[in-house]
Amino acid sequence: MSIQFKKETFRNDYTFKNSQWAIDRFPFPFHEDSYMYSVNMEQHQGGPAGSVFEKRFDVDEHYLAEMEDRALVLAEDPLRCQSLPHMTLAGWDLLELIMVSKSEDYPDLFQLHREGNNWRWINKPMKIDDQFVFMDETTLPYGPMEYITRQTQGDFAVLDQRDDNLWMDAGMVTTQADWSLDFDIGMNFFEWHAPVPKAHEMGIFVRALKFLLNIQQGSPARRLNWTMTVNPLLDTSPENYHKWGVEKSTLTVENVGEKQHLRVELQTFFRLPRSNALVFPIRCYLIRLEELVTVPKWGRRLHRIIRDLPEELATYKGFISNRPMIQEYLSGFDDGQPTSDGIWPD
Amino acid sequence: MSAGTNKIAVTVTDIIEVNQLVKRFKFERTGGGDLPVFSGGAHTVVEMLDKEITRLNPYSIMSDPMDQNAYTISVRRDDKGRGGSLFMHHQVRVGDEMVISYPVNLFALDLRAKKHLMIAGGIGITPFLAQIKQLTTLQYHFELHYSVRNNTVGSYVDELTSFYPKNTHIYYSDDGQSIDLEQLLDGQPLGTHVYICGPKDMITWVYETAESMGWPREVIHYEEFLAPQSGKPFEVLLEQSNKTIQVGEHQSLLEAMEAADVDAPYLCRGGACGQCETNVISSEGQFIHRDHWLDDEQRKSGKKIMPCVSRFEGKSLVLDR
Ligand code: FES
Repeated sequence: MSIQFKKETFRNDYTFKNSQWAIDRFPFPFHEDSYMYSVNMEQHQGGPAGSVFEKRFDVDEHYLAEMEDRALVLAEDPLRCQSLPHMTLAGWDLLELIMVSKSEDYPDLFQLHREGNNWRWINKPMKIDDQFVFMDETTLPYGPMEYITRQTQGDFAVLDQRDDNLWMDAGMVTTQADWSLDFDIGMNFFEWHAPVPKAHEMGIFVRALKFLLNIQQGSPARRLNWTMTVNPLLDTSPENYHKWGVEKSTLTVENVGEKQHLRVELQTFFRLPRSNALVFPIRCYLIRLEELVTVPKWGRRLHRIIRDLPEELATYKGFISNRPMIQEYLSGFDDGQPTSDGIWPD
Repeated sequence: MSAGTNKIAVTVTDIIEVNQLVKRFKFERTGGGDLPVFSGGAHTVVEMLDKEITRLNPYSIMSDPMDQNAYTISVRRDDKGRGGSLFMHHQVRVGDEMVISYPVNLFALDLRAKKHLMIAGGIGITPFLAQIKQLTTLQYHFELHYSVRNNTVGSYVDELTSFYPKNTHIYYSDDGQSIDLEQLLDGQPLGTHVYICGPKDMITWVYETAESMGWPREVIHYEEFLAPQSGKPFEVLLEQSNKTIQVGEHQSLLEAMEAADVDAPYLCRGGACGQCETNVISSEGQFIHRDHWLDDEQRKSGKKIMPCVSRFEGKSLVLDR
């Protein structure tokens, strides 16, 4: 089907909503009724037709609205996009990866014409038709990373690999779940993960780093992560906590189904060819609880997950104070029936 | 994650005798199409079907990283080796179809460097050839110091001196020429990174000299792939797979696992990357550690082995694989 791009907002009046199509393909992150923090990586080589895993860079009905929201964030705070000088080559790698992937995966929406280094990029939904010289920054309106990530959903961390570590040396971060590029820029893997509770003791990060260092060209990987957000707010950054933090207190028994969202990150990892850097796209999918419970299996399961989640994880994920209300709401959709294995609806 | 990396089916489209020791092989994608671009310093693992043995040897890709038509590698004949280079020299013909891995880079340039100082010995020149092409395209500053026995066996000496006369310095050891290392390192501008590829002695010499002169570790980069060495045959119990396997005299432990269809991880196959690290469940006997990966403490513990290059002699060995 061709995608119907929606006009909607992720701020102020919050008109964001999922169509039935988007609900059915939502990346529900729980494959069983309980949740344990784990690295749970798998190969990112396609997935079921129509699912968010199918394409290398998923495009959905929220594309144009998300790109508008990104432009607003950048206009207010240009430091959400940064690239240290040695990362320009990685930026070109990323631009190529996205342009090639999108033009192959969505030929009706995106086209790339290349003659040597003379490239023409057509992005039909955004009405862009640009000619430029590959590897010549002066021929683009922004640096290569910024140019392409202003046209691609999800945040992007571009990591340099050296000294057996990964360094957050470039990124476009406007839809983050409470972390800050401006704070993390130039940090290595352990430094930017420092605030996560418990997992460090589990040696999970050492293993995760080892896994990431060994991601090779042609073998991208992916995992899901999740949290909870009140209102469909993309930009839950620490810089703006004073603005969005208070929204948590607006939750009531009456509006919890409408305001409380499950926020799922599809994190993918690609080795970039020329720079040997690693790109880490973090794609955010939001779904309000009243949309989610239209899939009976998901309603049952989310209730059990939220109910049984250890205290410190609920705190870490930022919804400890609203947990009773969320749990109460979801309990109305859990009839105690068993659920089937795996993330897909029955 | 399964072993190694994604594979590419290629056809040998050219073989050039560079000199009496070295042959150059050109690979193009079988059935046409582009090969992936890569970063200078990357290697590919070439699969060789040598009768009943499958050999997997890593070779640096020396062609221009931006050239997607073909990859080239140079293979130095090792008459005393276990046979991989002899297979390439004697069995492989133009038109043969082979399988190679996607490029993997364990010897990447640090693009923060203000200057890239390269020190090569013998066939260790090959990763630098690709890096030099990449640095030239990016207009980065490099300087190469290349030591060979003499002009007859000095691979690519003539090309380098004619294309990059200002950046290339050649040393013929048969004529008693050698790199004046301390002076060379002493004269480098701040922000220089040094890269070494060549025989083990050379790597140690440069590394230790640079360190003793106060160069930080992060600016010293080297690559040395060991070839697995032959040794006494031994038996291993692989507990996860529930298999007992025999490692032959001319086989590595990794190769023996692969021959038994055990999915064992690897990248460099030369004791450098750490990917094949395997836990020892129990052992009675002597480890012959040959890798650059494990530290002394890990070796002493008897709890780890790198199957791509290391061996074992003794009564019994049980691995967690
Ligand atoms: S495969 Fe690299 S150390 Fe063994």
